[in-house]
Amino acid sequence: MSTSRESILNAIRKNKPDLLPLPDQFTFESNYPDVLEQYQQTLQMIGGMVEVVPDLPTISQRIGELFPNFKEVAVTVPDLTYLADLNLESVTDPHELEDVNLAIIPGRYGVAENGAIWVTEQEMKHRALPFITQHLVLIIRAETIVPNMHEAYRRIQVDETGFGTFIAGPSKTADIEQSLVVGAHGARSLVVFIIK
Amino acid sequence: MSQHTLDHAAASEVFNRDEPRVDWHDETLWWVRQKRDRASKGLPEWEDLREAASQIKHHVLSNMNVLLETFERNAQKNGITVHWAANAQEHNEIIHSLLAKKGIDRMIKSKSMLTEECHLNDFLREKGIEVIDTDLGERIVQLRQEPPSHIVLPAIHLKKSDVGDTFHEHLGTEKGATDPQYLTEAARQHLRETFLTRRAALTGVNFAIAETGGFVVCTNEGNADMGAHLSEIHIASMGFEKIIPKAEHLGVFLRLLTRSATGQPVTAYSSHFHRPRPGQEMHIVIVDNGRSTQLGREDFRNSLKCIRCGACMNTCPVYRRSGGHSYHNAVAGPIGSILAPNLDMRKNADLPFASTLCGSCSNVCPVKIDIHDQLYKWRQVLAKEGYVGGIKKTSLQLASKVLASPTLFKLSFNTARAALRIAPWAANNPLNAWSIHRDLPDAPKESFRQWYEKNRK
Ligand code: SF4
Repeated sequence: MSTSRESILNAIRKNKPDLLPLPDQFTFESNYPDVLEQYQQTLQMIGGMVEVVPDLPTISQRIGELFPNFKEVAVTVPDLTYLADLNLESVTDPHELEDVNLAIIPGRYGVAENGAIWVTEQEMKHRALPFITQHLVLIIRAETIVPNMHEAYRRIQVDETGFGTFIAGPSKTADIEQSLVVGAHGARSLVVFIIK
Repeated sequence: MSQHTLDHAAASEVFNRDEPRVDWHDETLWWVRQKRDRASKGLPEWEDLREAASQIKHHVLSNMNVLLETFERNAQKNGITVHWAANAQEHNEIIHSLLAKKGIDRMIKSKSMLTEECHLNDFLREKGIEVIDTDLGERIVQLRQEPPSHIVLPAIHLKKSDVGDTFHEHLGTEKGATDPQYLTEAARQHLRETFLTRRAALTGVNFAIAETGGFVVCTNEGNADMGAHLSEIHIASMGFEKIIPKAEHLGVFLRLLTRSATGQPVTAYSSHFHRPRPGQEMHIVIVDNGRSTQLGREDFRNSLKCIRCGACMNTCPVYRRSGGHSYHNAVAGPIGSILAPNLDMRKNADLPFASTLCGSCSNVCPVKIDIHDQLYKWRQVLAKEGYVGGIKKTSLQLASKVLASPTLFKLSFNTARAALRIAPWAANNPLNAWSIHRDLPDAPKESFRQWYEKNRK
């Protein structure tokens, strides 16, 4: 395409070292006695709140208690859409999400070692939603919790959708004198419900 | 902002005038380093992970052109436009032309050390384009018209009262307010408005995946995502060394990156971009800017393995006690001191001397770069190329500063021994700070401690 492309690639070809193989061993097992327990501990450590619940109605009830009378609620969990007062189907421009107070989104996998949850564009509907919302609820099933990131990547096809993200806790910063402040630019809080 | 007047030693001397502040800076970074230690000890396979990361990166260096071409092909298939920039100027021009084409004169940017390296903000400002940095630390230093002093913790040199003053002046927070929670909230409100009104977003790239043609951006604040997902055009800038072969390799790097950087198990957001959202434009600018030259320098090419975690800075006794700005380079600290001379030997000849060669950087580096060896080798190259005229002075000043601090002094014994063996000019020089402060014994090849450690088995 451009001449820079050719000159860069040529310089690289000329200057690179002889080919070295990729390592065979680059994944490791984490043997937690109880991944569900480990997940919960890790998430709490990174500022998330977590509850293990038996079913969706319990989640619905807990959301009512944790976020009483919340307006501007967006829901992408099919069986919980009755909790929403905002119709995501009619949103065409992500800027319309600016006032969302609470987003309730299903996640695909949880990762015990770091508390992260893999969420793709398919679950979030709008890429901006889990970030622009003031508060975020993610819902996963206990059996989707994997011990570590190697295991997560074994299950994930990263390009299955145009966008996917690991969300680990609420948005945070420590840029002012290394004091941890929760609620930087993304969600101010994260509650994870684990259905078991 | 980019003018460089003082060499590292002279700038350190200025930094060291405020002793309590230097102590505070030192302790804060050491605390971050300790968090890294705890996080790494939490994984029994830590050393194996580092080895795996190192080997993957060695493969990447040796197969760079193939991986980049594969990435380009796959990214294009994904609907991402790929650009190549030979140098900083071309990088900046590409971005300018993308914005100009859409008639955009205001852009937001999440953390990208590459754009600091290229001085993109200055370039765009001259063209009448406003750039707002959205990472909190970067926004703070931007408002103060300073460069970041650390690649992960851009405002680590500032106290909360400094931030309070800056925000009072620019964001209208209460005078004297220093509560981090309050100040962060003020920045959140101010930047939220910005996110909602800008049509263009630039992000950095932590990892680009050849096999899938996508890229990963890691933040704790969510600022990269807020910008990218609300923008009409998302531009991602990457140094070409950010490429990795496969998505599975991310398992290795994401496990290492944040644990090494801040001691967290992972950043709050690790976002994988593969296709623009409908109606959005997505661009990647692949930048060389001296990297292909560095790739050809056998002794220094390993510096391109760097994943920019900042661990080598947090642990470095010289960085901690001289501050990031003393390095007059976008990337400070030990790794910056290897990268900078590649870009400009004359201007950055002082930096490889800003080290005690204690080796702590190499010990913590998650991709096992032989940082302190490379610093040592740069000194020899620079001497051979005739850039040591000023350096003699520099290293002497550094030595006297180092000797004034008991911790630094302890750490620099190895260096002193090496210096006596390899640089007799330094030992014979009557102005030599080493000999002014104390008589050094004959240089044994190894210290008792080194000998003991080697022989006790
Ligand atoms: S050189 Fe190593 S320790 Fe330093 S920033 Fe790069 S990866 Fe981190």
